Amino acid sequence: MIALDDTDRAILRLLQADATLSAGAIGREVGLSQPAAWRRVSRLQEAGVLAGRRVELDLDALGFGVTVFLGVKLATKGRVSLTDFERAITAIPEVQSVHHVLGLYDYRLRVVARDISDFERILRRRIMTLPGVGEVEANVLLSEERRPGPLGTGAARPPA
Amino acid sequence: MLKDSDRRILRHLLADPQASAAELAERTGMTAATLGRRLDRLRDTGVLKGQHAEIDWRALGYEVEVSLRLTLEKTAPRAFDEMIAAARDVPEVTEIQTFLGRVDLRLVVIARDMAHYQEIYRDRILTLPHIADIEALMTVAAVKTEAGLPL
Repeated sequence: MIALDDTDRAILRLLQADATLSAGAIGREVGLSQPAAWRRVSRLQEAGVLAGRRVELDLDALGFGVTVFLGVKLATKGRVSLTDFERAITAIPEVQSVHHVLGLYDYRLRVVARDISDFERILRRRIMTLPGVGEVEANVLLSEERRPGPLGTGAARPPA
Repeated sequence: MLKDSDRRILRHLLADPQASAAELAERTGMTAATLGRRLDRLRDTGVLKGQHAEIDWRALGYEVEVSLRLTLEKTAPRAFDEMIAAARDVPEVTEIQTFLGRVDLRLVVIARDMAHYQEIYRDRILTLPHIADIEALMTVAAVKTEAGLPL
């Protein structure tokens, strides 16, 4: 496992806010030369800490007015039905994410829809008809906030 | 209103968020200059709100991810605001969502192991204000992550 110092953590916080920052821009923020910043970013990539990017869109502006988190319990459990369910559910374009969970439900789905009646159509025609689907609980997303996580707040360099 | 070409850019960007500007230009059949202008416009109009690096917390030794579904004591007028403000102060909370439904609020909490989780849960989560009920679901695996949109 890779050990991070305050500069690494500062770089991760910067990239969480804007993944498109150049090595030069990162270097200026944390007090490193462009090549030194680039080496730090590469190291974080190679260690698998920087694991990709998330594109944040204004869903309303794109015509997707509703996001719903669905808890799904499978009625019949077993290896085969899990695989079948996962394959079928991931193929639905409105299903943005699928997580296998342990607890009250078996899966958590994130579903986007144009409006509530569109969501009802997706739920009834595409999700409830899948093999093995049992109990379903829907919660409509009102607000969402991503947090930086345990990266501290330490500055990369002492203030001048 | 978005043009078809904007939708095309966003489709390609969602399909491969790491793509460079040159790669995106090639895939969308635009010149680099046109693509750059379009991306700027999507940002200026607020459609493209941001591109964020995702951290794999496992690579940093956080093996446990728990989704906490909370219901709040809604008799307190500022229950949501006070809860959210307090949850922001817990470093291990990586997502905060509010809902209309049986669940009021969802927190994603990461921890190094179960003992660490237990510590966070007891000292930082149960002490949050206005909790009426908590259910915990542990994330076993991500089968599909925020991939696309039917644009």
